[in-house]
Amino acid sequence: MSTTDDIEEAVATAFREEWGQVVATLIRVTGDWDLAEECAQDAFAQALERWRRDGVPRRPGAWLTTTARNRALDVLRREAVGAQKLREAAVSARDEGPYDPDHEGDDSGVPDDRLRLIFTCCHPALPIEARVALTLRTLAGLTTPEIARAFLVPEATMAQRLVRAKRKIRNAGIPYRVPPAHLLPERMTGVLGVLYLLFNEGYAASTGADLMRDGLCAEAIRLARLLARLMPDEPEAVGLLALALLHDARRDTRVDTAGDLVTLEDQDRTRWDRAEIDEGVALLAGALRRGRPGPYQIQAAIAACHTTAARAADTDWADIAGLYGELQRYVPSAVVRLNRAVAVGMAEGGEAGLALVEELERHDELSGYHLLPATRADLLRRMGRTREAATAYERALELVENDAERRFLEKRLAQCRAA
Amino acid sequence: MKYVLFICTPVGGEELSPAEIAVDPRFASYIHEVRTRDVVKGGARLRPAADATTVRVQGDEVLLSDGPFAETKEYIAGLDIIEVADLDEAIALASRHPAALAGGTVEVRPVWE
Repeated sequence: MSTTDDIEEAVATAFREEWGQVVATLIRVTGDWDLAEECAQDAFAQALERWRRDGVPRRPGAWLTTTARNRALDVLRREAVGAQKLREAAVSARDEGPYDPDHEGDDSGVPDDRLRLIFTCCHPALPIEARVALTLRTLAGLTTPEIARAFLVPEATMAQRLVRAKRKIRNAGIPYRVPPAHLLPERMTGVLGVLYLLFNEGYAASTGADLMRDGLCAEAIRLARLLARLMPDEPEAVGLLALALLHDARRDTRVDTAGDLVTLEDQDRTRWDRAEIDEGVALLAGALRRGRPGPYQIQAAIAACHTTAARAADTDWADIAGLYGELQRYVPSAVVRLNRAVAVGMAEGGEAGLALVEELERHDELSGYHLLPATRADLLRRMGRTREAATAYERALELVENDAERRFLEKRLAQCRAA
Repeated sequence: MKYVLFICTPVGGEELSPAEIAVDPRFASYIHEVRTRDVVKGGARLRPAADATTVRVQGDEVLLSDGPFAETKEYIAGLDIIEVADLDEAIALASRHPAALAGGTVEVRPVWE
């Protein structure tokens, strides 16, 4: 006999693992995003009641999908909307057969509905904020208020955003499918971009400031894991997962108890998450073996260089500088060049790094970006040119906006002035 | 699904007549594609925005103004009504339109059916 807590726990677990699948299948079957969400919600509510009475089914996901689908058929029948829609849904239900707990076949060869869902949510015809919100709502099962809090916008705004996105999908005829081969590379980049943005939103939030924002990292990792599992032949999908894990491993050490920034160099490496690092490194190695590198694999390789160095002094900066050079070929941005300048400065000495920083300054790139003078300052500080470093820190302080970063720069400035 | 492609070109850009478009080599592959696939269900090449008259009604009064409804850097030079499976197909076709290739823009709008 299961206790109440066991059942609630089982439903909560099923929700985390199966929500996306249930919604994705229901969208395919009914073609109606709102109905799909309603029926999925209803199925989870029923699960709480029925599982308590009958026990947890062997395949909770299949039970939930079947329950949600039956509910959708009921609703469609009752409303008698679109006889055509009902016919399609009934045919599709028949094709897949009734729910049979002992013969839930594996879905090999059948495109996973969640892939259709993720590619549709991340369709480039939708505004980027809508792609992110829709992915979190339909695939990850976050509620509208939760998503609103995570992105610091009013709930009504977020609700409106979701309504508009779903309306556009329907009215503009955005197809519910995994894109054909000729569109796949481009669309894949879009999906990865959404997941990466999601991760960064969570990662950029300072620890403890808002747990909901922190939770975005976990959601992004879960979604990246799903994508990597569903598309194992896409090394960039695996690369993104590796990158997220390798960053996430250091998450708790980036800020101290007072909320101040701790640089990579000064982080307590014994507190890095070993399991995440090992998994990230193994995933990356597997992806790289496929011989199709890309920006996510390269960034993961850079993160791996950092997280696998036992001490900061052991960091292979030459390797990192090379990887940034490689990354520039895919992402020709000034920020990547600035990062390369840091790595070159560490590998070959401050002068070499400064030369690259000056090149960026000469071309007036990144003007207004506080990390440009902050990088100059750090290179000078390491070279013992503290007076010049102080001037550069002052410049960086004029530009910085984030409080934790401001306190960090002020501390460095004080050190340079005292030297 | 039916879509309208609004072909937008920069103000002051080329103003080819329908006859010129028909023989312009830059349009050849697009025209060939839409003919062989039979996706275009209608359309029009429009005279330049300078020839537009905008009509508004305020109460009983009909207000006319010279020019398009909004002054923009681009104007609608023409439109194609197409019938394709979904937005991806409409985007693919729009992205091969000579106006889009020449730096103009194509707005894809689903027809309200």
